[in-house]
Amino acid sequence: MLGLAGLAAFLAVLPLAWIIVYVTQAGLPALTLDFFTNLPTPVGVPGGGIINAIVGSAITVGLGLLLAGPVGTLVAIYATANAERPIGTVIRFATDTLSGVPSIVMGIFAYTIVVLPQRHFSALAGGVVLAFIMLPIVIRSTEEMLKLVPSSLREASLALGAAEWRTWRNVLVPAAWNGILTGLMLAVARAAGEAAPMLFTAFGNPFMSVSLDQPIATLPHTIYIYAISPYEDWRAKAWATALVLIILVLALNVAARYVTGRRARKLGTVTR
Amino acid sequence: MRMARFWRHGDRPFGWITLLAALLLLGLVGGIAVALWQNSALSRDAFGLEFLVTSRWDPAIDRVFGALPFIQGTLVTSALALVLAIPVGVGAAIFLAELAPGWLSRPLGLLIELLAAVPSVVYGLWGLFVLIPAVAKPLGVALNGSLGFLPIFEGPVFGPSRLAAGLLLSVMVLPTIAAISRDVLFAIPNSQREGALALGATHWEVVHQVLIPYGASGLLGAIILGLGRALGETIAVTMVIGNNLDLSASLLHPGYTMASIIANEFTEATFDLYLEALIEIGLILFAMTLLINLFAQLLIWRVRRRTVGQVRV
Amino acid sequence: MTLATQHDSGQSSLPAAGSAAPPRPPGAGPASAPATRIAIHNLTVHYGTFCAVRNVTLDIPANQVTAIIGPSGCGKSTVVRSLNRMTDLVPGARVSGEAILDGENILRPEVDVVNVRRRIGMVFQRPNPFPKSIYDNVAYGPRLHGVRDRDLDEVVERTLRGAALWDEVKDKLHQSALALSGGQQQRLCIARAMAVEPEVILMDEPASAIDPIGTLRIEELIADLRATYTIVIVTHNMQQASRVSDVTAFFTMDEDRAGYMVEFGPTIEIFTNPRNQLTEDYVSGRFG
Repeated sequence: MLGLAGLAAFLAVLPLAWIIVYVTQAGLPALTLDFFTNLPTPVGVPGGGIINAIVGSAITVGLGLLLAGPVGTLVAIYATANAERPIGTVIRFATDTLSGVPSIVMGIFAYTIVVLPQRHFSALAGGVVLAFIMLPIVIRSTEEMLKLVPSSLREASLALGAAEWRTWRNVLVPAAWNGILTGLMLAVARAAGEAAPMLFTAFGNPFMSVSLDQPIATLPHTIYIYAISPYEDWRAKAWATALVLIILVLALNVAARYVTGRRARKLGTVTR
Repeated sequence: MRMARFWRHGDRPFGWITLLAALLLLGLVGGIAVALWQNSALSRDAFGLEFLVTSRWDPAIDRVFGALPFIQGTLVTSALALVLAIPVGVGAAIFLAELAPGWLSRPLGLLIELLAAVPSVVYGLWGLFVLIPAVAKPLGVALNGSLGFLPIFEGPVFGPSRLAAGLLLSVMVLPTIAAISRDVLFAIPNSQREGALALGATHWEVVHQVLIPYGASGLLGAIILGLGRALGETIAVTMVIGNNLDLSASLLHPGYTMASIIANEFTEATFDLYLEALIEIGLILFAMTLLINLFAQLLIWRVRRRTVGQVRV
Repeated sequence: MTLATQHDSGQSSLPAAGSAAPPRPPGAGPASAPATRIAIHNLTVHYGTFCAVRNVTLDIPANQVTAIIGPSGCGKSTVVRSLNRMTDLVPGARVSGEAILDGENILRPEVDVVNVRRRIGMVFQRPNPFPKSIYDNVAYGPRLHGVRDRDLDEVVERTLRGAALWDEVKDKLHQSALALSGGQQQRLCIARAMAVEPEVILMDEPASAIDPIGTLRIEELIADLRATYTIVIVTHNMQQASRVSDVTAFFTMDEDRAGYMVEFGPTIEIFTNPRNQLTEDYVSGRFG
């Protein structure tokens, strides 16, 4: 029984090791400085990089964060303040529901509300769909951290004659800040890896673009395009891009967990 | 002074702003449903419920659409993924929560959580170039050789196939199942274990006769959330399933899923009915994942209510 | 710091009843008619259907220390929490009756609670410093109320000196308040309340979570603050009430567990010559 369960645990972590080793092996040779600074080249032309996708991912994920970060934090504040009321339960339920919606369906929704009215694909649509994907992650982690802030801090601030909103801004949110940061990092990590909804929102773009109004390339979408292409040198680039993406995403995840550990120490002892 | 009272030192506008954000969230969930419903009207009117049970997908000549191959492909690959991932995921959770010492359990748990963080396109890439040649294809050949008389293992054997998609999906849902199951097991009060151990139960009997029944609804919730993830998974499946419209019973054949037909054809849908048929598939997918998530939430909330510990979904 | 004897002496010092406390000036009590700071009339508080306190009528004298004593669950904390409108935070709490501060009933729902809380500060049972620096804890209230940054240093120093904490923390003003000892944290919380310059400071069992030496410091501080503030202190510790207070209100529970006030008078009378049998039983330790 110990053996079987141990084997299961081994099987469960095996793919991670396998993926990391393989992606590193296959991706490392193509990772040159040029790869980070050059635009893609046509098939067969040597060199070429992914600067457009790096910039595009930064723009779309940044836009998503800009939209989902504040809104998500405010929703979490609302849910925490109304935790005892039915509306608090409704909010939590809606958040869980949203986090279960497949990202491709989110993509269709963003398509209908951004791409259809504008009549063209755009970085804006990509950012909007990433915001939808990030929103439940931000809400959930922020709410959970706000719940952990002792109510005595809220009382202390209100008793000093602080208004509710100042209490949230100056005491409660700062006290939960590390946890909120964790949520934002996990949300960014998740959004940075989303390829499916970008297919018909950001659409991809082999050239450099920094405009919100134009189609734009992203890292995961670039991997997809290169991976399913029949050309050997593009596939090599898919592996190299995957290595960049996986390092980024795993680093964000590890950093997020480190930040959470610090939060526990910071909030843990109110009195000694 | 009256103004100050009205604004209540800024609390009133602050209340409005947070309420607005909350309404935005609710509007988003409702908006997805409404947008999918409205933008699939042409297809729903044209095919009605037949859409769900017919298998002709012909945008080129007759412009007739039926979603059965995709629904079948989604269900088959997800079921296969669960069959493979449940024993491994729950087994790993038992190991992490009950058997492994802390110094081993924590890093292993972290690795499993990191597995959940790997982007799906990276899974797809790995699946296409590593998992298929190294595992799926040889496994398919072996299954066809020994059990080829069964329709589900009928040849010819392809690399990209439902089997490959199911295998890859099992790896992808495994961390979801393992991590939540572990939290469910952690949340079971120690008194349950001690009660059984005090009666002379072995460790195996404790797990089998006490923990699994006690945590059953939570474990089921974990599995169902895993199912939700499998149903909606898009890019990785699209890369390894072979994208074939045939309604074959064989796992070794290439197939198609709801998510992957949307990914492949959405930008190529040249006329409205075509696009709306794809959106209707999105609607079905949305409805399926919605029901499944509601069910899973319900189960996990029940566990949470009963136990003191926290279960993170 | 010296013990609490630098006040209006001139009256003869009587040792407090049955305690080894240092001599202290007895309160003048209501008899010498100090102004009333808060006039509480028929205060009743319900939590849902449960009546926590019933019909409390009590004049809190200005610039004196009023102690509220009684067995646990008798509603003494509820009384002070309703004066600071902390009861607003409890879903289902209903407060009726009056508490008149400068002619205004501060219990009315329409009253500006932020303003009430600026005038009536509160110190809680467990020290609850913000997870910020010592400096920022003290500066929190003044910042809220518009004190400019360049004046803050001076306010923080003056307040910490007033709270007799300056010498202990002046070298670590920008370190986390959570690194202080429990007693220091509580005195910081008192300083934080003082920095808002309230007229009244409510203290809800301020020393119950603090070690004896820390408790002594807090009691000394309370004695000092009487000159500037009106203080209401809830305590279950009778020794403490007799040491620090000028007037004392004794609360107990009715049959339906609703708290009510039994007796109110100069501390020395409550402890040496109570009028009510219940009070006498309680102060002489025969209660329950």
